[in-house]
Amino acid sequence: MQLVRLIILAVTLIVLAIIASRAKLVPGKAQSIVEILIEFVNNSIIQNTLGLREGKRFAPMLITMFFFIFAMNLGGVIPGLNLAGTSVIGMPLLLALWTFVTYVVFGVKKHGLGGYLKHETMPPGVPKPIYILLVPIEFLQVILIRWASLTIRLLANMVAGHIMMVVFIGMTQALLFSGSALIALAPFSGALAIGIYGFEIFVAALQAFIFTMLTAVYIQMATSDEH
Amino acid sequence: MDTSLIAALEGNIATVGYGLAAIGPGIGIGIIVGKTAEAMARQPELRGQLQTTMFIGIAFTEILTLLAIVTGFIF
Repeated sequence: MQLVRLIILAVTLIVLAIIASRAKLVPGKAQSIVEILIEFVNNSIIQNTLGLREGKRFAPMLITMFFFIFAMNLGGVIPGLNLAGTSVIGMPLLLALWTFVTYVVFGVKKHGLGGYLKHETMPPGVPKPIYILLVPIEFLQVILIRWASLTIRLLANMVAGHIMMVVFIGMTQALLFSGSALIALAPFSGALAIGIYGFEIFVAALQAFIFTMLTAVYIQMATSDEH
Repeated sequence: MDTSLIAALEGNIATVGYGLAAIGPGIGIGIIVGKTAEAMARQPELRGQLQTTMFIGIAFTEILTLLAIVTGFIF
C-alpha cells in the first residue's frame, strides 16, 4: 500500500517537474494536457465558487489537491499497481482534515472566533425559535459532518470501484473455467468488466473534481461576507 | 420452515440494506440531473454554473448511499 502510494507520488512529481522545467511559450503535447487540466480547475472550480480575488489566494492549494487526488485515484486502474492510493482511509482522512483546518482557520481569521461560529451556524432570515434546532445541527455539520463526509465519499467510491472490478473480473474467470455451457456467458462478463474499468477512470476524475469543488465551496462559505 | 430454506437465506443481510439505501438517493440524483438538464435547456449560457451546482447536489445526495456501503462493512 505504502509502496503504491510512493510510486504514484514519485511518478506524478517527476512527470510534473519535467513538464514544468521544460515549459515553453508554445506548449507541446504533454504541457498542453497539464495546462488544460489546470485551466479547468482554475476556471470551473475556483473562479466559479471563490471568485477572482479569493480564488487566487487558494488556487495553489486547490490545484495541488486536485492533481494529488486524481493521481492517487488513477492508481486503481493502472495494471500492476491495482490499488488506488485513496482506497485506504488514511489518505482521504488526511486530505479532509487539511480542508477542515483550512476553512476553520481562514474563517476565524476573517470573522473572529465568535463571529465565525455565528456566521456558520446562524443563517439569517430564519424565524427565531427555529435556531434552537438549527444551531446544533449546523454546528455539528461544521465541526464533524463536513470533513467526515469528504473522507467517506472519496474512500467509499474508491473501495466500491475496486470491489466492483474484482467481482466482474473474477466472474469472467469463473465462467471461463466453469467447464459447462456457462462458458458462453464469459465474453459478456468480460465486456462488462472492461466497461467497469472505463467507468472507474471516469470516477477517478469525478471524485477528484468533487473533492476539490466541495473544498472550494466550504472555504467560500467560511470566508464569505455577511449578507 | 424446513432447513433447506433457512440455508438458502444465509449470507450477509447488509446487502439487502444497501439495496434499500440506494433507492432514495437514486431517485434524488435522478431529480437533480433531470432538473439541471431542464434548466440548461432554458438557459444554455448558465451551463457551467448549473453543472457546478449539480455536482455539489449529487455529492451531498450520493453520500447517503456511500454511508450504506461503509455501514455494511463496519456493523
